[in-house]
Amino acid sequence: MKHDFLDKYAELDSAIHSLDPRTKIVSFFCFIFLVISTQPTKFLNFVLYFLLIFGVILASKVPLRFVFKRSLVIIPFVLLVAIFIPFLKEGEVAGSYNFASLHLTVTYDGLTILFNVLSKSWLSVLSMLALASTTKFPELLKGFEKLGLPRVMVMIISFMYRYVFVLGDELMRMKCARDARSFGGNSKWHIKTIGNIIGMLFIRTYERGERIYIAMVSRGFSGKIKILDDLHVKKLDLCFMVFFLTILTIIWTVL
Amino acid sequence: MVEIKGLEYAYPDGIRALKGISLDIFEGESVALMGLNGAGKSTLLLHLNGILQSDIGTVEVLGMKVDGNLREIRSKVGMVFQDPDDQLFMPTVFDDVAFGPINMGFSEEKVKEKVRMALELVNMSGCGARAPHHMSFGEKKRIAIATVLSMEPEILVLDEPTSNVDPNARRHLIELLNELDITKIMATHDIEMVSDTCDRAIVMFEGKIAANGAVEEVLTNSELLESHGLEAPILVKLFRDVMHRENIPLRLNDVIEKPNKYKI
Repeated sequence: MKHDFLDKYAELDSAIHSLDPRTKIVSFFCFIFLVISTQPTKFLNFVLYFLLIFGVILASKVPLRFVFKRSLVIIPFVLLVAIFIPFLKEGEVAGSYNFASLHLTVTYDGLTILFNVLSKSWLSVLSMLALASTTKFPELLKGFEKLGLPRVMVMIISFMYRYVFVLGDELMRMKCARDARSFGGNSKWHIKTIGNIIGMLFIRTYERGERIYIAMVSRGFSGKIKILDDLHVKKLDLCFMVFFLTILTIIWTVL
Repeated sequence: MVEIKGLEYAYPDGIRALKGISLDIFEGESVALMGLNGAGKSTLLLHLNGILQSDIGTVEVLGMKVDGNLREIRSKVGMVFQDPDDQLFMPTVFDDVAFGPINMGFSEEKVKEKVRMALELVNMSGCGARAPHHMSFGEKKRIAIATVLSMEPEILVLDEPTSNVDPNARRHLIELLNELDITKIMATHDIEMVSDTCDRAIVMFEGKIAANGAVEEVLTNSELLESHGLEAPILVKLFRDVMHRENIPLRLNDVIEKPNKYKI
């Protein structure tokens, strides 16, 4: 089966795609850091941050629709946490409502914080999407490793990336086999089947792990995975980084 | 090349998978291991590079005893497993094919050269950056072979190379195997492939070797095959059991090339 939900547009060809993953990681993490440490009331700053990241996404040729659709995924989670803030925060009252015996007041301070949380999280997600959708996953991992993420972590994520698709296929096949033989039955029975499928998946995963280990040992694995490092910092990387970070600092300090 | 003497092996759960195997394999040979599931084929293969080791009997590869020297033996015995998803565990094809050479300690240049060569051998040049989960089963199978060819092994061991492979990919695999000029040992159920790629066939039955001889000899002996749960090629059945001939052809090409010999 073909899967591309993780790095769907990472194969495109653009200046942003050809950047070294380390450049992108550092730049975008700086972006997030500065966005987060911006004062909530500096609305203009947020607009400029947005324009900056929007420019990067435009330059990367990744379809805007895709990026924005993906970026909205985070909003419900943030809202769930942040929606109560305007009602709880004390300060100048912006409006008050009565529902039966419930008396609710919304404050300006609270609204600012809500805006703050929403815009910061959305901008952060946008920048991470810009990173993820312009970098192939293996390269991203190499970049993180070069930047000091422990080897073991990188390997765990790398195996996860490799086998999440295999397991997905396996699960689909089991689901198919179940659907082919399941006619009616009550919900208790259905839940039991799902339990069995999950158990089976665990066992198969375990067995596959054993086989993979044998395959690794057969090719000389001795406890330490080494890979070739083919990352190079190019002129373009330096240019991008300088340009991006300068604009960021200008927005952050001057305005 | 390979010398096995009186090898016995029992799995930890007590199942006796091998009951006294003695076997010699010589340089340049292409040997098929045939037999039912559970006959001990895969278990035997896993002894060839020391994944499994037994106290009873000895296994020698290239003059080295398989108990120490594992590093060297594993670089000389390239093992291709049945499921390419087990064999390909790195995120990109390049990393996977480079895995063996890097572990063998080659320099960066040398590793790249070996990867390029291995991918070329299996006709997959330029696929280095692709991810295994974007490939077809046949492609994965070929990459799996490349992952061991990049170590330039002297013995290629394959477990069920043609299982689950579509006819087109199977034909390519057979061509590929025939082009590789090294010692090959493969466990398989694909009897037609054996007649196309191997010179020697070994029939295993319940942990023992039931027959060991030239492919022409073993595969045309339908009684032997059937008594061990296997099936003779259809051509053999036709000439032997239906037409009761003396000369029995193994491959269709034999008949086409020498119609007089087989009287058709």
